[in-house]
Amino acid sequence: MERKIVIPGTLLGKADTGKQGRGTFREGDNIYSSRLGIVEERSGYINVIPLSGVYDPAVGDAVIGVIEEASKMSWMVDIKAPYPAMLRVEEVPWRVEFGETARFLNTGEVIVANVSSINEAKNIEISMRDKHCRKVEDGIIVEIQPSKVPRVIGKNGSMVSLLRQRTGCWIFVGQNGRVWIRGEDDKMALLVEAIKKIEKEAHTTGLTDKISKFLGNENESD
Amino acid sequence: MELIKDGKRIDGRAPDELRPIKIEAGPLYRADGSCYLEWGGNKIMAAVYGPKEAIPRHIQDSTKAVINARYNMASFSVEDRKRPGPDRRSQEISKITAEALENVILTEMFPRAVIDVNIEVLDADAGTRCAGITAAAVALADAGIPMRDIPVACAAGKVDGVVVLDLLGDEDKKGDADLPVAIAPRSEEILLLQMDGHMTVEEFDEALELALKGCREISKLQKEALLKKYKTFEEE
Repeated sequence: MERKIVIPGTLLGKADTGKQGRGTFREGDNIYSSRLGIVEERSGYINVIPLSGVYDPAVGDAVIGVIEEASKMSWMVDIKAPYPAMLRVEEVPWRVEFGETARFLNTGEVIVANVSSINEAKNIEISMRDKHCRKVEDGIIVEIQPSKVPRVIGKNGSMVSLLRQRTGCWIFVGQNGRVWIRGEDDKMALLVEAIKKIEKEAHTTGLTDKISKFLGNENESD
Repeated sequence: MELIKDGKRIDGRAPDELRPIKIEAGPLYRADGSCYLEWGGNKIMAAVYGPKEAIPRHIQDSTKAVINARYNMASFSVEDRKRPGPDRRSQEISKITAEALENVILTEMFPRAVIDVNIEVLDADAGTRCAGITAAAVALADAGIPMRDIPVACAAGKVDGVVVLDLLGDEDKKGDADLPVAIAPRSEEILLLQMDGHMTVEEFDEALELALKGCREISKLQKEALLKKYKTFEEE
């Protein structure tokens, strides 16, 4: 497959050949790219998958957030989006009395949550009602650029499986560019290096092979 | 001092020739997007942060993102030491830069947010506002900010009665007029147009046409710089 890199203002096609997807805008009959990224045509839509930029939240995304503030009935959570997200007490798996929020989640603590709603004013709400949502109490968080997340996951999760298999670590990739890993210290150190390598070389082809080689060599040397 | 001799300018250029330009996208790791630009004797670093929540709250706009541009000259960027900090001139340039960029950025996608654009002039030799906008545009694209186009700027002017492109320091100081122009290259919509000095209407038209020609050339360099950043790995 040809991977075409485009920049803002690149003409992608006419409005009658494809529908205007993400990362694009329309002017008259023409569809242009609005971002630096790779063109993708999927089910009639022309999309541009960004190669850079901050996290743009979408409903249903699993994210890793850091508690910024605990108020009486809710928390404000930093999910690396341009706006903080709100987590209401009804949306957590515990029964929280009024004003007791800080006993469950305090400033600086880390959680896994789902984005449940976003309105036009970009007020974001998140929820911990899903079964994979929890408080992060051990392991480490690795921060990567949110635009590189699809490469860390790989096609149908192939990259994550590879990383899991070779390092024996437990991995959770948040859509917002935070990766939670748990395992033995030396294995985690290797895994962090591998994740940073994926981030750095995210736009190259044959990445899974490269990472496989990278992890393979390290294993032989110990 | 003669500024034009036998049809050549003091640095040997023809009247419609640009100074050499070098653009590098993304040299800074911590910024969301960045650009280093060398344009003749100008050396400029631009860094973009955001979009992020605008603080303090009263600067927020509930319908679109606010562009906060900051043009700053390093104290060592000019011959006599420049007194550090914002002055009348740099405040003006910050404002017009923000307004030029605002017209191409899809600001309505990020209500209540701010996009910080920092332009640091490390070495100056006339035309820094144009160089600043050109560098900021590349940094914005590198930061993944949605834009309608990549803006570009270039100046033209009049020296010794001849209309010339891209004035350098001495031509700017001793010349007759200076005309910086910023455009969105796809539609050639004008985003910024300033002038000081005197030109006749005919000379103005000629200078504007020359500046647009310069913009078109620089626009190509900007695009090459952006594509180069993401192609270098591909070749390995």
